[in-house]
Amino acid sequence: MAKFKLRLRRYDPESGEAPYWDEHTIELEPHRSVLEGILQAKGRFDGSIGIRCSCRAAICGSCGVRINGEPGLACHTHLDEALARGDGKVIEVEPMGNMPVIKDLIVDMDAVHWKKIQSVTPWLLGREPVPEREYLVDREAMVDVTQSMACIQCGACVSDCLAMEVDPEFTGPAALAKSYRFVGDPRDDEHYERLKHLAEDPSGMYTCTHCFKCVDACPKGVNPMGQIMRLRRLAGSDYEIEDRNNGYRHEHAFVENIRRNGLLHEADLLPDSYGGKFHPNAVPELIASLPIVLRGLLRRKITPAKALLHPHKASKDLRALFDQIEEQPKRYELNLYVSGDDKDNEPLAGASEGSSR
Amino acid sequence: MKVAYWPGCVSRGFTPELHGSMAQVAPLLDIELIELDRANCCGAGVIAEHNQELADTLNARTFAMAQQTDGELMMNICSTCQGAQSECQERLDANAVYRERVNDSLSASGLHYEQGIVNKNFLWVLVEDIGLKKLRKLVKQPLTNLRVGPFYGCYIIRPAARVGIDEEHPRSTYLAQVIDALGGSVIDYAGSHKCCGFPIITMNKTASLKQAGRHLGDAIDADADCLVTPCPLCHLNLDLQQPLAAAVVGRSLGMPVLHLPQLVGLALGLSPKELGMGRHIVKPKTVIDWSESVVAGV
Repeated sequence: MAKFKLRLRRYDPESGEAPYWDEHTIELEPHRSVLEGILQAKGRFDGSIGIRCSCRAAICGSCGVRINGEPGLACHTHLDEALARGDGKVIEVEPMGNMPVIKDLIVDMDAVHWKKIQSVTPWLLGREPVPEREYLVDREAMVDVTQSMACIQCGACVSDCLAMEVDPEFTGPAALAKSYRFVGDPRDDEHYERLKHLAEDPSGMYTCTHCFKCVDACPKGVNPMGQIMRLRRLAGSDYEIEDRNNGYRHEHAFVENIRRNGLLHEADLLPDSYGGKFHPNAVPELIASLPIVLRGLLRRKITPAKALLHPHKASKDLRALFDQIEEQPKRYELNLYVSGDDKDNEPLAGASEGSSR
Repeated sequence: MKVAYWPGCVSRGFTPELHGSMAQVAPLLDIELIELDRANCCGAGVIAEHNQELADTLNARTFAMAQQTDGELMMNICSTCQGAQSECQERLDANAVYRERVNDSLSASGLHYEQGIVNKNFLWVLVEDIGLKKLRKLVKQPLTNLRVGPFYGCYIIRPAARVGIDEEHPRSTYLAQVIDALGGSVIDYAGSHKCCGFPIITMNKTASLKQAGRHLGDAIDADADCLVTPCPLCHLNLDLQQPLAAAVVGRSLGMPVLHLPQLVGLALGLSPKELGMGRHIVKPKTVIDWSESVVAGV
């Protein structure tokens, strides 16, 4: 048995009091979970501590919290591991972020998380005609979507999403991963409509900033950002959906910029991402940027020669690579979740012999 | 030490002071830079979201060029390059069949990628290869009383497993360790490990600038004199776009943002002018004043 100091964030919006920290010392073996620690504090010292939990086995997704600053499941985080994350003296437990607190460690999942999940039509819109028996699909395609199916809806990724912190309307990592679960499913009939909706939404798939927070937050290895990148590849490269948020234009302007110059030529990228220097969308943006451009010129950060002329050109071999890969009839994508690592696939030593019985 | 040096695009484009200051600082740290001047853009994650194989092949091309030099490792000065290249390397190194496929494409250029390149940001090289002990000894102008807030950039700290963060390599603390080794005071503020917002500047401008503006405001509230970042793309949103970010968050900002080699150079005795600080959109007045007061005090 070891003693651990738990510092819990307490808040009851109905009380009219401000949130505060509440400390309790609990006694448990170090490999026991933070959830067990909280339940001991609740049982022994203060029955009013608010925590939601059910399965205690990392499958129901109820006990999502922040432990020493990092999101996770209270039932899936060992006490010693939680302690090591902080200053080694105390385990701080707070409610998840980006969602309103109902009481103490319980957040309102309906107000944010479930609302967003509902917005992506989270069910299969089956391809017609519906077969008499089952749909026949490639094994690989189904293995691919099992990654997003592993989501237990705990909200850890939503809690940590940095784009949602500044844009609460953002569809967010969990709902976008859920959407890929159907866009990647060959039995679904509305891939284009789903992608179109997410591309055109001003706070849809193009609001993800690539911060990887959701990748590290997820206790189930769903890799939500990876699923968002798949959605973007499908929308931008395969379905060529030209959206009003410049997602498609930015992607294509960037790729063309590198094909031409080898290195990024920033002075072209900005106007091209808005559709080109003379595009109606680009003009107000360029005017808004003028004071900064002038200051950049004054400080010799930007020189007219560098902005107007192209100081570098892509070499022939580089352009040939672009052509060769882009002209393939089908885009090739290695998915490590499906293929695994070479190390994972090596036969175990001696596995092929002597164990036939 | 000799390194195959990948400066990236932005350090030679809109943040020329970054490339310039690295060139000044390298000899003082005994780093010989073999510049990969035929290499290409890492794709910044955008090419990967267009065509993953294209991004992997482009970065394999850069890695193969680095492997043709006699550098001990490949070094970059951009968090975004580090992250985008690490992602491609993860796939290239994981699967021999895929690596062959990519190498087939590269063969026309006479290039071949061998599994397992070591590619490190300058920040990692400072801590892991040069070492903080040696760095402390090289300091000529300790950053005493300079209050510096670290700003890492997402790509160099997440996902933790891919960028090699473990107990032996607490890479998400390196910037604070370096500031401390240079004699400065590390400022703890909410935004140090968050996103600058740059990747969505053309897609959701308000959200993008709100991110930059909030972090800058938090650093002001924590009393920082300046921020330091190993990422030139973060620098674009935090410095170049700072006047627009100030308008979005509705407060005056004026927070100087330094590139990592500039901060190191300052402590190694170089002047703000030599380090190109005059080229920033937000003039690093606090840093220049600090530097002048130190020089006057000697």
